[in-house]
Amino acid sequence: MAEAVQTWPTRVGGAASPRGPWTPAEGATRSERQFRVLPGFGLTLGYTLFYVSLIVLLPLSTAFVRSAELGPMQFWHVVTAPRVLASLRLSFGASLLAALINAVFGFIIAWALARSRFPGRRIFDAMIDLPFALPTAVAGIALTALYAPNGWIGELLAPLGIHVAFTPLGVVVALAFVSLPFIVRTLQPVLGDLDLEVELAAQSLGASRLQTLLWVVLPTIWPALLTGVALGFSRAVGEYGSVIFIAGNIPKVSEIAPLMIMTKLEQYQYGQATAIAVVMLLASFGLMFGINGLQLWAQARTRGRRG
Amino acid sequence: MIDRIAQLPGLGRPQLPPLPMIRRQQIPEELGRATLLGVALLYLLVLVALPLVIVFVQAFAGGVRSYLAALLDPYALAAMRLTLLTAAIVVPMNLTFGIAAAWAIAKFEFRGKNMLITLIDVPFAVSPVISGLIYVLMFGAQGWLGPWLNEHNIRIIFAVPGIVLATTFVTFPFVARELIPLMQTQGNEEEETALSLGAGGWQTFWLVTLPKIRWGLLYGVLLCNARAMGEFGAVSVVSGHIRGQTNTLPLHIEIMHSDYNYVGAFATASILAMLALVTLVAKALLERRQPELRARAARQAV
Repeated sequence: MAEAVQTWPTRVGGAASPRGPWTPAEGATRSERQFRVLPGFGLTLGYTLFYVSLIVLLPLSTAFVRSAELGPMQFWHVVTAPRVLASLRLSFGASLLAALINAVFGFIIAWALARSRFPGRRIFDAMIDLPFALPTAVAGIALTALYAPNGWIGELLAPLGIHVAFTPLGVVVALAFVSLPFIVRTLQPVLGDLDLEVELAAQSLGASRLQTLLWVVLPTIWPALLTGVALGFSRAVGEYGSVIFIAGNIPKVSEIAPLMIMTKLEQYQYGQATAIAVVMLLASFGLMFGINGLQLWAQARTRGRRG
Repeated sequence: MIDRIAQLPGLGRPQLPPLPMIRRQQIPEELGRATLLGVALLYLLVLVALPLVIVFVQAFAGGVRSYLAALLDPYALAAMRLTLLTAAIVVPMNLTFGIAAAWAIAKFEFRGKNMLITLIDVPFAVSPVISGLIYVLMFGAQGWLGPWLNEHNIRIIFAVPGIVLATTFVTFPFVARELIPLMQTQGNEEEETALSLGAGGWQTFWLVTLPKIRWGLLYGVLLCNARAMGEFGAVSVVSGHIRGQTNTLPLHIEIMHSDYNYVGAFATASILAMLALVTLVAKALLERRQPELRARAARQAV
């Protein structure tokens, strides 16, 4: 189970994996001959490449070409404008905060679901996927209704002087909502797979619960936790629908970067919109490769531990 | 063994021999466990369950009659039609692509395979707003093909084709991502046997491969469809928000909400919330049938 999640999809039994189930141990030449027995290579690969180029590659490259037309000086000028910079800071900062909050609560939730049996456990488990399945616009208006000053939760918080809706805090709440499943779902299998004997051994040797957690459990699940946080963060950075309703979208205060792109588009500032988009795309791709590396690291560690 | 013990009802951990030292710890430990469980459930209830509850509460705030009136509004019905139409085009397209990509990647070796797999994942890493923007840059009035399209009187942006394209991009990886690891672990032996017994290529696919992958396929289609019907950001960029023409259900929610028509917004939202619930139930059923689907769920959520 642990392996299943710690393996990034691109690696499961893929070419990079020496343990691919269909790769004969004798060597690659025999396996290559075997593959050719099956038909359809040209057709399926051709169609795949055509479709990927048409839907993904070509449109994405347009963004980079278009932003290059701006010239480096103007590009810099656009992305460092105070309002744009503030929106980037909010998107990345709030996403990081949301991911870190979920690192704590996601860990507790994954732990509770893996280790306790209680009535309704299945329902709570299914609930974790809700932020993923619920359309973002629905989540957005629902969170706004809850946290508005006259909403169910906003009403309780207002006397304490805490205002969530229409403030940066609202952005964090919305991003915590959307990034929760990533962290819990990455941790769950690893926690479920954790060897109880090791923990019990630590405790029988006199370790307290906290010591066991810090020195036995955390080092084991660390790569999964980091991967989950990175996945959640990466999803939160680009999030739009669930945020714009609750954020209030005050320039320089609660305006997220994707909304900034939207605003520039509505003003027909295509070049400026594209420049901000390119900054975010580069960050996303960087995160994607980082997560890939994290997964490989986690995988290597799991293998090493199991000999 | 330990795993199995941990799964017995009421047992978080194996029963220990009644050593006095451990017994002394048990009461605070149980308390700590209960507190943690309470925190976990409270967080889930407040952050995840309450938003779902309030959708239905608000939708029916004005009574059943105004709920139904909001849903039967001509603009709401048009939005529903467009959402269904978009999903009906996008899902089969990404399904066909997913099968083709999985066949090529899982069954053959070729150079650049890992790069191709990474490329397929790219749309999940891109912000929805940017997913819409790139099509505006290609097909919009100021885009690459804009002038040509304008000359030939073809509208893509601020029209249905743009909505379909943006949705296709956003839901692009779902089926492929589900099928590639599945087909890789299943191997080729049965297909090779079928071929050696004289079956044709298509015959082998329909009669041997498809039955093997059907649950994974269904799982991918389910998630692809849920996202296709619920996508907001990408569609918002390319739609142009023309009521009755280029509004999907999520966009209709936004318009109702900004008009302060909360019953209308939440009534429409309740339809999409029900879609999400049906998706979750179907997903849970499929996972029970095929536990390995669940093991991949974390990645799928990406």
